[in-house]
Amino acid sequence: MIAKRIVIGLCLVWCALGSVGAAAVQTVTVGSKNFGESYLLAEIAAQVLEAQGFRVNRKLGLGGTLICYEALKNAEIDLYPEYTGTLSQAVLNLPGNPDRTQINQVLADQGLELLAEYGFNNTYAIVVRDEQAQQLGLRRIGDLHQQNLTAAFSHEFLQREDGWPGLAQRYNLQQPIKGIEHGLAYQAIADGAIDVTDAYSTDGELQRYQLRILQDDLGYFPEYRAATLVQTSASPQLRQALAGLHNMLDESQVQALNGKVALQGQSFQQVAADFIRANASRLGLSEQDTAKIETLSGQSPWVGQLWGHFMRHLQLTGSALFAAIAIGLGISLLVYRRQRLAEIVVYLCGLMQTIPSLALLALMIPLFGIGFLPAIIALFLYSLLPIVRNAITALANTDPTLVRVSAALGLSGWEQLRYLRLPLATPAIFAGIRTAAVISIGTATLAAFIGAGGLGEPIVVGLSLNDTNMILRGAIPAAVLAIVVELVFAALERRVSPPR
Amino acid sequence: MAWRQPMTEIDTPNDSAVGFHQVSKSFGALTVFEDLSLTLPKDQITAIVGTSGSGKTTLLQMINGLERPDQGEVEVLGRPVPYENLESYRRGIGYAVQGAGLFPHLTAEQNVTLVAKLVGWSEAKRRSRFLDLLKTVDLDEDVASRLPRQLSGGQQQRLGICRALMLQPGILLLDEPFSAVDPITRLGLYESFEQARQAHPSTTVLVTHDLREARRLAEFMVILDAGEVVQSGVPREVLANPATPYAERLIESQLS
Repeated sequence: MIAKRIVIGLCLVWCALGSVGAAAVQTVTVGSKNFGESYLLAEIAAQVLEAQGFRVNRKLGLGGTLICYEALKNAEIDLYPEYTGTLSQAVLNLPGNPDRTQINQVLADQGLELLAEYGFNNTYAIVVRDEQAQQLGLRRIGDLHQQNLTAAFSHEFLQREDGWPGLAQRYNLQQPIKGIEHGLAYQAIADGAIDVTDAYSTDGELQRYQLRILQDDLGYFPEYRAATLVQTSASPQLRQALAGLHNMLDESQVQALNGKVALQGQSFQQVAADFIRANASRLGLSEQDTAKIETLSGQSPWVGQLWGHFMRHLQLTGSALFAAIAIGLGISLLVYRRQRLAEIVVYLCGLMQTIPSLALLALMIPLFGIGFLPAIIALFLYSLLPIVRNAITALANTDPTLVRVSAALGLSGWEQLRYLRLPLATPAIFAGIRTAAVISIGTATLAAFIGAGGLGEPIVVGLSLNDTNMILRGAIPAAVLAIVVELVFAALERRVSPPR
Repeated sequence: MAWRQPMTEIDTPNDSAVGFHQVSKSFGALTVFEDLSLTLPKDQITAIVGTSGSGKTTLLQMINGLERPDQGEVEVLGRPVPYENLESYRRGIGYAVQGAGLFPHLTAEQNVTLVAKLVGWSEAKRRSRFLDLLKTVDLDEDVASRLPRQLSGGQQQRLGICRALMLQPGILLLDEPFSAVDPITRLGLYESFEQARQAHPSTTVLVTHDLREARRLAEFMVILDAGEVVQSGVPREVLANPATPYAERLIESQLS
């Protein structure tokens, strides 16, 4: 009943919005990377825009900086939350610790622009227990000097150039250190097993475990100030609507919001909506605006979402597989008689298989953008090999005696194919299609990284939240789908195969 | 289109059905025939005998164009083999091989009648021709719907011969079709084959390494040794008077 009312309510609001702002409605596509804070910041931006009458298309959880950046450059998305340090270090390779103005000078060449900062810096941080810090009077990283404390750092931090080696040198720290898995570090420091570790300055766990960030008074860590990255061509209306995000959050506020998602299990939508309602005036929103958020953030239950993801997944793999069957078999029929050419074709298809899936997806962005189409094309390329290899092998290796007899009986090349080679190759061709189907169902979970949706979406969100339940909501249906498809194809294969 | 008609109507002045004129053929470095000339009589069974590697099968396959000579000409029923139009040409030539070579995914009837279907025979015509052929090779009607793997070797071989005879070809090429079955079955096959041929006489070329078989079935005989014809003639006379040491050894090893 409630769900029904919400749906009806949504429809009414939708109609109302449609009729009021029909002429002025601007559609904005909001992206995010695949970790919790990025989802949250993007969701806040999205809801702030919706509150001001924009129509928002969400492409959240894109697979990393490269994919987001390329997607924005290619106008597949209109904005996403980015960090100054990430842009200067990982994308633009700028020396030193440039600020937003300096970064924008370089970004202008790419047609991109970083808007005003949200107000917080999410950088590496060295943390200790608050209680111990008070006892020992620890305030700055330099205070660790000469202290007899157990330090353990994540393996990545120990390896990175801008991690421990440089830090120890800058602050002249010499104590013995250990490596620790980042996921275990918080529990270990809370239990007193270790005293010092590395963290991200906006992690929700910092508040939960009452940890203190030691000041980086020598300015060793680059700054990772979050802000909205847009195209320089972004409209004045859009810039105006996002202006309220300037200085909206400090580190402790972000920690609290991250904690609500990561530790209390609230949805991004809920946390974003609560935050916006509580800070409406600061964000430049009227009561009328925030009222829209209340209704818009009403979430459909996850079972309903699952159905959508499932259908999307079927669409993705179905289209890719269909194309791979049609084109793969077509190519096989054209080349199977020419051994050299057939080898080259199989080799090329194999080459596709060796490109890591994320890299292939990233390569697609300049060509096909993000979303459904590039995902299908990538899945199609991955499906080709098993289909083409099986088809060519089976068609080319028909029993030579039978081929000779069929020729001697006066069968034309086409008739030999139709009455001899194809029927005998059918089981192998089907086995290839079956393999391709299972591969593409599995690989399609990665399509969520380029905003194509499907069962990968709960997996990607779940991974970023470390939420096993959510991961399983994508992984189990995907596995079940793979098994069902396998069985269906096995049954089909028995029907179409010649009797044995 | 003329090749689809029974070819026995085409007359050749010298009464030869197949002529090899100065034919040379090699596979890479291996020369099989060099300057071979040979004619085979019309409407008779010719046996080509010789040891393995003597070129028997290649000779046979040059008749239906499965192999093409490097030099020289192969003439069949007065015309050179039409390499640009082999499909309809081959439909006028029956072909049966050792092990029958039936398509494993088709029933006995589908195997025998496939080509008739492709050239447009009606179902009724195919069915009645098929049943006639089953009778002449002593097979029961109930094999019709079976797959090759459900049939004995002898049954498969009989069906292979039926398939070769289906379109009433003017020429019949047999590549050791009787050699993969046991001796008793083989005797039965000979009888069936002779019945079938009586019902529909044709120029027949039989490749075999079995001289008893040649003596039993053939009216003309050719002994091949490393691509050369060392002797030819009526089997009884050839076997009684071997012309070369090779022919003598061949005959002695099997018939003495």
